[in-house]
Amino acid sequence: MTNESMTRKSSSKVERVNWPATTVLVLCAVTVLLPLYVTVSMAFKTQGQAVDGNAFSFPAPFSLEGFVQAWTLTNFPVGAAMSLLVTAGTVLATIILAAFASYAIVRNWERRLFRYSFFYLLGAMFIPFPVVALPQIQLTGRLGLDNPFGVILLATMFQLSFSVLLFTAFLRSIPMELEESARIDGATTWQTFWKLIFPLLAPMSATVGIFAFLYAWNDFMMPSLIISDPALQTLPVRQNLFQTQFSNNYHVSFASYLMAMAPAIIAYLFTQRWVMAGVTQGAVKG
Amino acid sequence: MSTITTPTTSKQGLQKQGRQKRPQTQRSRRRVEPIFYLFLVPSLILFTLAITVPGIMGIFFSFTNSIGIGDWDFIGLTNYIAIFSDPAILQSYLFTFGFSIVTVIAVNVIAFLLAVGLTARIRMKTALRTIFVIPMVVSGIIIAYVFNFLFSNSLPSLGAAAGIPWLESSLLANPDLAWIAIVLVTAWQAVPGALLIYIAGLVAVPGDVYEAAEIDGASKFQQLLKITLPLVAGYVVINIILGFKGFLNAYDIIVGLTNGGPGTSTRSIAMTVISGFNGGDYAYQMANATIFFVVAILISLVQLSLTRGRNAL
Repeated sequence: MTNESMTRKSSSKVERVNWPATTVLVLCAVTVLLPLYVTVSMAFKTQGQAVDGNAFSFPAPFSLEGFVQAWTLTNFPVGAAMSLLVTAGTVLATIILAAFASYAIVRNWERRLFRYSFFYLLGAMFIPFPVVALPQIQLTGRLGLDNPFGVILLATMFQLSFSVLLFTAFLRSIPMELEESARIDGATTWQTFWKLIFPLLAPMSATVGIFAFLYAWNDFMMPSLIISDPALQTLPVRQNLFQTQFSNNYHVSFASYLMAMAPAIIAYLFTQRWVMAGVTQGAVKG
Repeated sequence: MSTITTPTTSKQGLQKQGRQKRPQTQRSRRRVEPIFYLFLVPSLILFTLAITVPGIMGIFFSFTNSIGIGDWDFIGLTNYIAIFSDPAILQSYLFTFGFSIVTVIAVNVIAFLLAVGLTARIRMKTALRTIFVIPMVVSGIIIAYVFNFLFSNSLPSLGAAAGIPWLESSLLANPDLAWIAIVLVTAWQAVPGALLIYIAGLVAVPGDVYEAAEIDGASKFQQLLKITLPLVAGYVVINIILGFKGFLNAYDIIVGLTNGGPGTSTRSIAMTVISGFNGGDYAYQMANATIFFVVAILISLVQLSLTRGRNAL
């Protein structure tokens, strides 16, 4: 018994690699990558190869024909500009509004207005978008907000609850002494916020920003319902073109999908540490 | 500005005196700086305009016969009564709940096992983790279009080559099987979120528990079932609720895969509600949305009661 436990212990110290687990995980990773591989390979195929029925083959020869056609068919530059506008607007508005509101709430928690405001803003976490979508479509239409700006407004408001929750939790952990010393030096609240609080909030702003980015860049439902002019649509919504027309030009549709997906994947590869940390924080706090 | 010497009204004064009993910080006796209102009020106004007003409008119109524009009359509970005997709505609820339950189970089993694997002594840990999270950052509608192509073109030709009859026609064209495709794609995209949360939970389990179990002769499987699982139970609860709430709103992926078809066999609640947009039954679908809202609130209440006390996570 003692002998056995001794040998087990020593063997675990050598950090032997668990090869069966590694193999299974690599196979699972292939499942994850397969649809992405198909997207990339289809995008680079010629029209002839794209319709030959073998989705998994390697493009031979490499062709950019799909990209060229997708670029003009979906009016990619305008679509990308709209997606960029909606995404940048949502990310900035969410970070700034949520940081402002959270700072006011945490520093005046003993005041009823601020305390109730916190629970009021949190309420949106319990309201799924479909529940309020129809009146929102009506209202944005009447107020002339049936465009990307309306989407920025609505997306920001739906992101606000979760963001305020993260910011307030973080702000409560910042000691008051820090701020008081800034005030003794003569800083106003406005200056204290921008020079001291906002920089301290940076890691939370990164989390909040990443979630707002992923939501705004990838969402289909909200822009498809709110933006009434097809010329102002975001990239994900433009892809439905290939469901109605051009449905057999697979190399074109996949090139278009790839151009719409790639920015989010590339952004993820560069910020994955924060994305992963953000999910965990979000779940624990939310 | 002292609260005791200058009570403005008797009611206010009483409330303030009542609060006086609690230990007060120095700050609370000060006036609120106006700038704090400037920080808070924009959010409150925009939030009210964007979410509260539409919410109230929706509940209001659910008691009318409005078609979205023009005149309308109050019709009381007629919409609600009609909904409870509308087979299309009942089917969408059955489908959405069934789909959500199956998906939440699939996602959590897969994510938990992957998390166990990814926290074991394996090679290429960082690269594998990076790959497994990618589906989370991909647009749901676009990946649904990609899978749509695979399900309707590639899978049938593979099925034909392998001689599996039920695979030879598209999964998406079969009213009895299309939901499986939706579960697969939704799970494909939802696993990373649950996976990251499980990894956080598993990393927090102290290693010496396993050493003790190993000395006592527990097998790896017994350790997983009797040690790991109970220790991450809080994370399981979080994942199940977060997942379930998300899946009930299913829209993008279903639009990209089946658009509710074949027939209406895979129409989610969100899709029926949205159909009120141009289907002429605006008020009727608002009643449907109101019921859906009540369901969402009930689930959130369950969530609060289950996660309270687990904040030690």
